[in-house]
Amino acid sequence: MTLRTSRTILAATAAFALSTAALHAEMADDELVINGDTPITVKAPAADHLEGHLDEVYSGWLFRTDETRAMEQDDFDNPIMIFAEQGQETWSTADGSEGKSCADCHGDISEGMKGVRASMPKVNEAGKLWSMEDYINDCRTNRMGAEAWGWDSTPMHNMTTAIAVESRGMPVSVKIDGDAQPFWEKGKEMYYTRYGQLELSCASCHEENYGNYIRADHLSQGQIQGFPVYRLKNAGVVSIHNRFKGCIRDTRAETYSPGSDEFRNLELYVASRGLGLDIEGGGVRP
Amino acid sequence: MKRHVAWAAMAVTFAASAAIAETAPMDVKFTDVGAVAESLTGQPGDATKGAEVAATKSLGNCVACHKVSALDASFQGNVGPELNGAADRWDESQLRGIVVDAKHTFEGTVMPAMYKTGPFIRPGDGYTGKAAPADLPPILNAQQVEDVVAFLMTLKEE
Ligand code: HEC
Ligand code: HEC
Repeated sequence: MTLRTSRTILAATAAFALSTAALHAEMADDELVINGDTPITVKAPAADHLEGHLDEVYSGWLFRTDETRAMEQDDFDNPIMIFAEQGQETWSTADGSEGKSCADCHGDISEGMKGVRASMPKVNEAGKLWSMEDYINDCRTNRMGAEAWGWDSTPMHNMTTAIAVESRGMPVSVKIDGDAQPFWEKGKEMYYTRYGQLELSCASCHEENYGNYIRADHLSQGQIQGFPVYRLKNAGVVSIHNRFKGCIRDTRAETYSPGSDEFRNLELYVASRGLGLDIEGGGVRP
Repeated sequence: MKRHVAWAAMAVTFAASAAIAETAPMDVKFTDVGAVAESLTGQPGDATKGAEVAATKSLGNCVACHKVSALDASFQGNVGPELNGAADRWDESQLRGIVVDAKHTFEGTVMPAMYKTGPFIRPGDGYTGKAAPADLPPILNAQQVEDVVAFLMTLKEE
């Protein structure tokens, strides 16, 4: 028993020294300013609810290489902007049996959608927690008489990206108390659940080991305020839920589906771990 | 003729007893410091094969989290401590315990149990994201565990 305790403490201190050293050596000491005029907070003191878990929160952008970081600094170099432009076009294109476009009800996207991304996911009037995709599909089916878009379809990616751009540089503002609290609690429980045959939780990688490497992957805090992101590996847009799906699958677990209630709850909790950071409005990741 | 039959019978008995001698994941006994004294197979491990198991992604994938200078694998991770000199720090039974299920040695560790079949929360079928089959095999089989332990025993610096 004594052996076990002392070994564990030894290993724990060793791991601690390693991770702090790695952090200083490996995390970029850099500031994100998009197009030279929109500063984005990528490093901030952690929200009160993270006390004892994290002192500071960091955007995933800080953990990427110089080249990848540079792509996000300038819209001409950011491949996600092509998707955002297509979303902007769809914004004012009429669709469905009512012959209406988003713009007919919400006006210009830059006014109607300002700050919306920063507050997602949020509880709707019926008391259900909804992600941005749900609000978009609600408008399409109930107000436009158009078909719902698939969670990870191209038009959905285009629209969520276009809307995210309108919250650039605005702080994450998700509500986690009141009617949101039960969803938040469930998401928190998921975050610390050790899934799959590898028995790893989100915290195993993104709280205990950010700054460290799993093989060639430089672990970040797994924050979502940069989403949707353009992934160079897939040459396409990746939604928040799709990223969650991949991470749970990588624990050798039976994963959940994008658009499931479980992922909505997890999205709210993970979003709240980013309180203090700004929305990036289309990140670039390897 | 008689002789052949006798040999064949002996071979069968031998194979059967070897199979019986293999300890199933559920039956592994840990000491109170997390060590596993007895070989899982009763056969010595092969360090060369163990090195391959440790370096191969679909097998032990130890290099995902550990740096091991003796292994020729690129991008070795640092979630766990370096394994160079592991045999100076631990004896064979302790190393076997760590590979079988490191949580008996390091409470709450992120290191996955290599020889465990459950219980797990939402176990999957490898990396497919689909549900695991009812008879989910451990990540490494008993002999692969012994091979990795034999490899770890070669990691001496002193
Ligand atoms: C086995 C390790 C592991 C586990 C467990 C894990 N992740 Fe990840 N995750 C990664 C890796 C590797 C990446 C890519 C590098 C990075 O950003 O950390 C990543 C990336 C992410 C990203 C993208 C961050 C960005 O800025 O692009 C999010 C969000 C994320 N993870 C959330 C989660 C959540 C939520 C869970 C639990 C359901 C989870 N992860 C579990 C390894 C893991
Ligand atoms: C997901 C990460 C991960 C993987 C994969 C992994 N380990 Fe570990 N391992 C750790 C961590 C972390 C520790 C430190 C124990 C602790 O305090 O949690 C550790 C500790 C050890 C130790 C004790 C190290 C020392 O000298 O104190 C040995 C030996 C070891 N691992 C061997 C292996 C072998 C062999 C494999 C593959 C068959 C493997 N590990 C796979 C994370 C991992």
